[in-house]
Amino acid sequence: MIFDSVYDTYRGVVTYVRLIDGSLHPREKLTMMSTGSTHELLEIGVSSPEPKPTKGLGVGEVGYLITGVKDVRLSKVGDTVTLNSAPATQALEGYKEPKPMVYSGLFPIDGSDYPVLRDALDKLKLNDASLAYEPETSTALGFGFRCGFLGLLHLEVLRDRLEREYDLDLISTAPSVIYDVTMEDGSEMEVTNPSEYPTGKIKEVREPMVRATILTPSDYIGAVMELCQTRRGSLQGMDYLSSDRVEIRYRLPLAEIVFDFFDQLKSKTKGYATLDYSDDGEDAADLVKVDILLHGDQVDAFSAIVHRDNSYSYGVLMAGKLRKLIPRQQFEVPIQAAIGSRIIARETIRAIRKDVLSKCYGGDISRKRKLLEKQKEGKKRMKVVGNVEVPQEAFIAALSSDDPEPKKESKK
Amino acid sequence: MPAQPTGETPPLDGSLPASAGAGAASRGLSLYVHVPYCRVRCGYCDFNTYTAEDLGPGASRDDYRSNLARELDLSTRVLADAGAADRAVTTIFFGGGTPTMLAAEVLAGVMDDIRDRFRLAPDVEVTTEANPDTLDPSYIATLAAAGFTRISLGMQSAVPHVLATLDRTHDPEKIPDVAKWIKEAGLELSLDLIYGTPGESIDDWRRSLQVALSNDVDHISAYSLIVEPGTKMGAMVRRGELPMPDEDDLADKYEIADAAMEAAGLHWYEVSNWSTSAETRCDHNMAYWRNADWWGFGPGAHSHIGGVRFWNAKHPRAWSDRLLAGESPAIGREVLEASTQEIERIMLAARIDSELPLDSLGTGSDRAIRGFVQQGLLDGDAVDEGRFEPTLQGRLMADYMVRILTDYVS
Repeated sequence: MIFDSVYDTYRGVVTYVRLIDGSLHPREKLTMMSTGSTHELLEIGVSSPEPKPTKGLGVGEVGYLITGVKDVRLSKVGDTVTLNSAPATQALEGYKEPKPMVYSGLFPIDGSDYPVLRDALDKLKLNDASLAYEPETSTALGFGFRCGFLGLLHLEVLRDRLEREYDLDLISTAPSVIYDVTMEDGSEMEVTNPSEYPTGKIKEVREPMVRATILTPSDYIGAVMELCQTRRGSLQGMDYLSSDRVEIRYRLPLAEIVFDFFDQLKSKTKGYATLDYSDDGEDAADLVKVDILLHGDQVDAFSAIVHRDNSYSYGVLMAGKLRKLIPRQQFEVPIQAAIGSRIIARETIRAIRKDVLSKCYGGDISRKRKLLEKQKEGKKRMKVVGNVEVPQEAFIAALSSDDPEPKKESKK
Repeated sequence: MPAQPTGETPPLDGSLPASAGAGAASRGLSLYVHVPYCRVRCGYCDFNTYTAEDLGPGASRDDYRSNLARELDLSTRVLADAGAADRAVTTIFFGGGTPTMLAAEVLAGVMDDIRDRFRLAPDVEVTTEANPDTLDPSYIATLAAAGFTRISLGMQSAVPHVLATLDRTHDPEKIPDVAKWIKEAGLELSLDLIYGTPGESIDDWRRSLQVALSNDVDHISAYSLIVEPGTKMGAMVRRGELPMPDEDDLADKYEIADAAMEAAGLHWYEVSNWSTSAETRCDHNMAYWRNADWWGFGPGAHSHIGGVRFWNAKHPRAWSDRLLAGESPAIGREVLEASTQEIERIMLAARIDSELPLDSLGTGSDRAIRGFVQQGLLDGDAVDEGRFEPTLQGRLMADYMVRILTDYVS
């Protein structure tokens, strides 16, 4: 059974296995039972701890296989390897597929990096079976992948690995959880992406819940409880572990902790608090989808599923951020937050009135022409949403939790 | 002054490619003389200027005229070799720095040096920039006798606290007297104003305009303050000690300026320039904007001869060292391709009233032009006559229109 595999630049896919039954020897033909593909075994060996070729592996032994295969998808963790000449009749049960809890869209900042991102995800998937991804297209961000993760840490680790090991610049959209939506007509669906949220009559939406255990010095009990309360948590219990240390248990919607909860917890407790959480079923909640409209056009990357009570503040926050981030256009641009067709917040980017450099002496002409060329180059990198030109940076900044820097007013 | 642009290295003798001389006889020739001296460096100024008396051997103020004469010699040689010499000089402009930091006799002497080497047109326009501090009636009389026709006075503002923020040291009360002396000497008077200085209120700006227009002024240049990186003011804005000028405030002040000028009988002819008539426009600046030929003398000066731009070493010492060694002081140049020249033509002409014939623009541009009329940026009647006449709003959006129009350059 395959329990891990890695990609070696020189040798192709190296597959780690534990032999459940029988024996394997070099030069034998192997079949991957899930895909049915057949390969010749070039090298077999054990890790001690450096790879050491052997004459074969027997029952119960752990070792590696090299077949010269380059395509990582043919060597799936949990799959069964068997002899082509005397195949096993039944595949081993393998591993239970881990179920992603958190979804986020990953988009390359430079659209031409899309194939690199795809290859990188393929390779990471090799030794991280819990990673799930499928192609996604966003009108605002272009081509990317919707990725499922086990949790927030997983998301962050994977994102960092993609950026460091594969030298990619990525935008990740706000993390989303899995919602179970039951429609009036009784049909059910799973929503992992705000853009899939159904528009018809919805009977009930259920969201995943977690049981969170927070350890904190007793000085910060108030701050922690306030934070959990605003995140729709319900207190399950509290125990003093010592005179100055407290364990607080809360039941919280997963959606509330996937976005900057941990950062908030740390900053409110001077970094002392720790957070542990585990899956705790799902609950029905009054959830709505908030859309952001730029000059009347919906921008899919900014849509979010939030609790009705928080929808207003989300709308105001997002509209305010975008007003600071999007440069002024030739015309007035309204930014609206809407639930369905109802507008809940509005900001306005005033039309630009001045776009001219006042002085232009003889010595300025080369400089001015180069500035003009630079401005035109900058225009090309803008995404046009409806009629509105939005700089790439605005998407990144709007999706990050920090307060955006005020945009530069000057055109220089 | 910002760093010089990057370009290719010109030959040591300063010679120009053959292309520069083509058609030279049909273009005017203008001369610019850069005087890189000031008594005080203003916080907003990014021009190439120095306050020290002595900038090293061969580069002191006393050596300035003799070094300039060397560059004049070089220019006549280079222009003759390129076949671009045989024409009258139509405009001369002394800028800085503060040209009037030099004694009036030195400026008059430079004019003699120029006459010795160039043929001047009978109606040649000769302008010098001047700081109000540096002028008195006898100084002005000497300039007039030497052939100067025009003085551009750096008034900037009539409001003491605005002048203080700009580090300008002159007394605003003195402006009417100086203006009167200039007019009495028979010279044209232009005033330079700056708006949008941090702390300048709308009323401050109205007051400056009113004071400026109460003189018998022929021409006004009003520039919005541009905070340049690398200046003292740039650093103060970066540190948050001064607010960045607000674009809407600048737009308001521009509109106020235009209304005040019109009421006083001055009409705009370039985005930032107003004059009483076509005769009192600054012909020298028009030469820049029409891509005529001009030679810039002095440290850091730029020149443009027949599609070749070149620029001198910035520091007076580097400039004079090269001249003393018999070399050209030009340290960089750019030979413009036809399409680049076309982009520059549009970029410059779009800023001037009816200077850009619509039929000279690339195919397909008529749609953009119609769009500008709809947006209220161009005068529709003028467009029907084939002229590019920006409205008040359009003047404020000139760069926007240029970015679109230059897309049609093939």
